Amino acid sequence: MSRATAKGQAPLLDETDRALINMLQGDFPLVRNPFADVAVRLGIDEGQVIDRLQRLLDQRVLTRFGPMFQIERIGGAFCLAAIRVPEADFDRVTAEVNAFAEVAHNYRRDHALNMWFVLATETPQGIAATARRIEAAIGLPVFLFPKEREYFVEMKLEA
Amino acid sequence: MTADRGKLPAHDPSDPGAAPGVDCDEAIERRIIVATQSGLPLVPQPWDEVAREVGLSVDELLCRVRGMLERGVIRRIGAVPNHYAIGYTANGMSVWDVVDECVDAVGEFIGALDAVTHCYRRPRRLPDWPYNLFAMVHGRSHDEVRQQIGDIAGRIATNFPGACRSREVLFSSAILKKTGLRIGGAAESVQKRE
Repeated sequence: MSRATAKGQAPLLDETDRALINMLQGDFPLVRNPFADVAVRLGIDEGQVIDRLQRLLDQRVLTRFGPMFQIERIGGAFCLAAIRVPEADFDRVTAEVNAFAEVAHNYRRDHALNMWFVLATETPQGIAATARRIEAAIGLPVFLFPKEREYFVEMKLEA
Repeated sequence: MTADRGKLPAHDPSDPGAAPGVDCDEAIERRIIVATQSGLPLVPQPWDEVAREVGLSVDELLCRVRGMLERGVIRRIGAVPNHYAIGYTANGMSVWDVVDECVDAVGEFIGALDAVTHCYRRPRRLPDWPYNLFAMVHGRSHDEVRQQIGDIAGRIATNFPGACRSREVLFSSAILKKTGLRIGGAAESVQKRE
């Protein structure tokens, strides 16, 4: 999987791409032919919707298309975590951390704690257990920042 | 609230699609998650394909997915943009050290501001990390995000004098991974793509 960076050249998006991205951050129709519904709303045909979505995923303009799960609602857990990674070791630690399927996202950030990632596990106990396995793999401490309270969540960015 | 559904059925990680034993609701939902967590198939009737994979009729699958949406097991269905690629090149995680007595009030207050896309209270990790409030701010440049965070700091100072002891902003400089949730074993972590 390619790595998207702040320095990478952003692909050119046309108006229809932007309209599609914006529409698909809202409600996706839960029907048998959802792309046909989206196509009508955009004024293009169903095949074009599918082709554009495939291209946007291939270009990594979209990182995912599908249901987003709140694993907590069926007994699982998410947890933010961070590591202070020595610069010289950054690529090795990235590879080791990313190799864990429980690591859902991982970001490099400009701080002494320079690697921030989200763990997703099927049980609450899985978070601490995974953190220990990561610590054993990389030889560095993992700080866990469980969500104690959520005040607001809306991830919708206009393209 | 979720304590009574807190146990997922045990499963064999080498066989992520197979739920053991009888098809209880949780086992079916788990199969739906495993079948769709890497994305919906890009075909005219994506749910038909998912239904075949999990062994349900498409009507029953749609009914279950609707139920999962209503209960919040599915937050939403749709696209996750790479925010760099759509022009939001500045992704600032603002972190705040707020006195404990005020943290919930300040959290509600800044969570409601337009610039903030997520806002959470989290534990401090002293001495390394004094911050207990996290608010994500996205913008088209670091300066824009810094300005928004400065504005937020001003509003906190006005509305909650003395509540915030310090703050920082951590900008992301690379997305190292962004696959999302993956349960059911490593075999499923490969994106389904021709």
